[in-house]
Amino acid sequence: MDLNEKVITTHKLTKRFGDFVATNEITFDVYKGEIFGFLGANGAGKTTAMRMLCGLSTPSSGEASIAGYDIYKETEKVKAHIGYMSQKFSLYEDLTVMENIRLFGGIYGMSNAYIKSKSEALIQQLGMEKEVKKLVGSLPLGWKQKLAFSVAVFHEPKIVFLDEPTGGVDPITRRQFWDLIYEAADRGITIFVTTHYMDEAEYCNRISMMVDGYIKALDSPTRLKQQYSAETMDEVFFELARGAQRKGD
Amino acid sequence: MPAVELQSISKTYNNGELKAVNEVSFSVKKGELFGLIGPDGAGKTSIFRILTTLLLPEQGQASVVGYDVVKDYKEIRKKVGYMPGKFSLYQDLSVQENLEFFATVFGTTIEANYDLIRDIYIQIEPFRHRRAGKLSGGMKQKLALCCALIHRPEVLLLDEPTTGVDTVSRKEFWEMLKRLKQEGITILVSTPYMDEATLCERIALIETGNILSIDTPEGIIRQFPKLLYAIKAARMSQLLRDIRQYPEVDSCHAFGEFHHITFRQNEDALAKLLGHLQNLQHQGLEIKAITPTIEDCFINLLAKA
Amino acid sequence: MKQFLAFIRKEFYHVFRDSKTLLMLFGLPIVLIILFGFALTNEIKNSKIMVCDLAKDEASKALIDKLEANKNFQVAGLLANPNQAEAAFRKGDIKLVIIFPENFNEDLLHLKQAQVQIQADASDPNTANTLTNYATNIIRNYQQDLVLNNQAPLRIETSVRMIYNPELKGTTNFVPGVIALVLLLICVLMTSVSIVREKEKGTMEVLLVSPLNPIMVIIAKAVPYLMLSLINLTVVILLSIFLLKMPINGSIFLLFFESTLLIITALSLGLLISNSTDSQQQAMLLSLMGMLIPVMLFTGFLFPLENMPLPLQVISNLVPSKWYYIIAKAIMIKGLGITAIWKETLILIGMTLVLLTISIRKFKIRLA
Repeated sequence: MDLNEKVITTHKLTKRFGDFVATNEITFDVYKGEIFGFLGANGAGKTTAMRMLCGLSTPSSGEASIAGYDIYKETEKVKAHIGYMSQKFSLYEDLTVMENIRLFGGIYGMSNAYIKSKSEALIQQLGMEKEVKKLVGSLPLGWKQKLAFSVAVFHEPKIVFLDEPTGGVDPITRRQFWDLIYEAADRGITIFVTTHYMDEAEYCNRISMMVDGYIKALDSPTRLKQQYSAETMDEVFFELARGAQRKGD
Repeated sequence: MPAVELQSISKTYNNGELKAVNEVSFSVKKGELFGLIGPDGAGKTSIFRILTTLLLPEQGQASVVGYDVVKDYKEIRKKVGYMPGKFSLYQDLSVQENLEFFATVFGTTIEANYDLIRDIYIQIEPFRHRRAGKLSGGMKQKLALCCALIHRPEVLLLDEPTTGVDTVSRKEFWEMLKRLKQEGITILVSTPYMDEATLCERIALIETGNILSIDTPEGIIRQFPKLLYAIKAARMSQLLRDIRQYPEVDSCHAFGEFHHITFRQNEDALAKLLGHLQNLQHQGLEIKAITPTIEDCFINLLAKA
Repeated sequence: MKQFLAFIRKEFYHVFRDSKTLLMLFGLPIVLIILFGFALTNEIKNSKIMVCDLAKDEASKALIDKLEANKNFQVAGLLANPNQAEAAFRKGDIKLVIIFPENFNEDLLHLKQAQVQIQADASDPNTANTLTNYATNIIRNYQQDLVLNNQAPLRIETSVRMIYNPELKGTTNFVPGVIALVLLLICVLMTSVSIVREKEKGTMEVLLVSPLNPIMVIIAKAVPYLMLSLINLTVVILLSIFLLKMPINGSIFLLFFESTLLIITALSLGLLISNSTDSQQQAMLLSLMGMLIPVMLFTGFLFPLENMPLPLQVISNLVPSKWYYIIAKAIMIKGLGITAIWKETLILIGMTLVLLTISIRKFKIRLA
């Protein structure tokens, strides 16, 4: 983590839908190579905030820059410098492993030579040499997740957004997945994880906790636990989210 | 007579290509809160569908409240309450309409068994005219539980009820299960979240169709064969790599804030490793002996299998 | 019974809370009725006609030979007197009756002009029109031949009489067809989609793990759509009467009875489709592709079945709407009663029973 370089900065970022304020003046910074956990209960405003950061939704007010680009004016540049992976959609199940890699490499404008050399390294790192020509749909879930992450960082984005990346994965695969995340973070890629599972949160350098559209807490897991004199992040979350008014997806 | 019993149940898909459940046997005592713990694809849903008579087992025998899942499927369908993994109520019907519908389907009324669901229903009652599809994850789950309970079932089968809901709702849900247990209802619940295992009386750990272990959560933790240490330092990923390369380390896994380590031989291996790490200039080293979690046990059992 | 009613109420909630379903249910029939207002014309081959030759002379025989030689016509028999024409039309397969008056040749030779009457079954106006034109052409050609041979001006006048539908309204022909199309399509689509939706959303899983009798689920699914289809039928009939000015000559009660029969056939078909599909998309595709094309092709209201090659004609017998079309035409246009259509009715009942049995048998009490 490089504290000298901020890759995400937001200032009073707000999104309103009519009278409803989905995210309310959120202000935070995320550093290069940081693993940043973005947590909140259902309906707290996580998804709305993340959509704005990805350039998919225009904020109602406030400022934010992603990888140095303004999210109002330079959304295309923002999109080119981020990667995205969610549990629901990540890869095309009816394409092979290699076809998926080539497709996403192509989408981000990588040259064929780059795709070729990089994909070989990637396949080797994942130990998937035998699976290159298999359909993604036929792979076990854990492999899909690892592959999906590798594809999301294939174009070496500045930031990768992960939406509940390891829900339901077996514990060993999950560890392998986090190994990949650590490695990417070491290379200087910022990891932005949204989840409502606290055990995923414990891996993060810092965590922000959203309740009813506000960021209620932002610190490292250790310090949050100290602050709320809690044993686990679960308890911290419970303390913070218990009084939440909003319940909705 | 156990409330739920499985004897070497097997189930395959795609003409035997995919073994979903492989000779699984376990039994749930009457009034017990039993957890089936395993990741996606472990075979949990197949087991639930066999027990709810939705799927036929290819091999083995299973019974629910004494009735055979193949022969006596009609009896079982009267006696169990079932909550499938996916939210399975009518999204375009209101909370109250859903509940009324399922009460009628089971030949009863909301009033007849209101005492059983009251504690849960009160929480969603303010939204009783809202369509089920517009509820939050936690409220959907409560409504689904009410619908599964409306006919006062003897056995409650809950397939991943806490998947996709936030911590607060999860916690509330487990408290509801405890209260239902006190009413004498047998509960078989599955979850992919290892931290929920300790909330059950007994658990079965399951992976790719095979049972890894069946015991009380404490029993499973006691069976962990080695001493377990938690370690942290300033640069966690470098730490992970360095520890893994150290020959006397048996396993090292990232566990959030800490890495968990076991050694090949426990005598002075720890001290040697610490010395090694200090030589590698690791800052802020912190290490402590810890009690394994169910997740540690699961990893250990998986590595052996 | 209480369960049954609760289930039906639930189905109505589904229908009335989904604007897309509502639109399809009530919008599609109206759109179809208006669309098919533009009827189509087609060539007709080998139509069966009958001849009533009161003259039995050289000229009439020559003309009959010419008619018989034409590829469009097939002379199916002779009538002793013109009053039998209507009976011939009622049988259904006779499209045209050509009547030569007494002294046809005499008149032609001495008065230099004679008359031929063409009567056509105009319940299918396109066919009637086309066939009449063919016949008139043949007669005109014969007249020209005579003129050339005799070097004298001769004239054969043809008088045309349209039976059943004297004004030759196109609507009379397609309305029964559209009713068949609408009922079949909507019912098949709605039932199959509504059952598959429960599978897709997972609610079927909960229903199966309940003491509900599967047969009851099926019937409870079908009843609301039966009721909605009857409303639909009424709307379509009202539209045809008031918008398209189409009369209903027979018994409305009989028409509703026969339509109900078709609806039940369609519901059984929908059930069958829902048993073999797992997603709404699949069910919709199968219903649309599997129903729309055969119904359009083989009902007989767009393409006359008599023109089709034999194998296709055989296949057309399997399409329920073909039988319904015959029935509906008989009731609405010809004003006939059950005695004229009992055979078709029996066929439809047989189809319904077979389909219903198969779909109830095939209804899965488990997930796989």
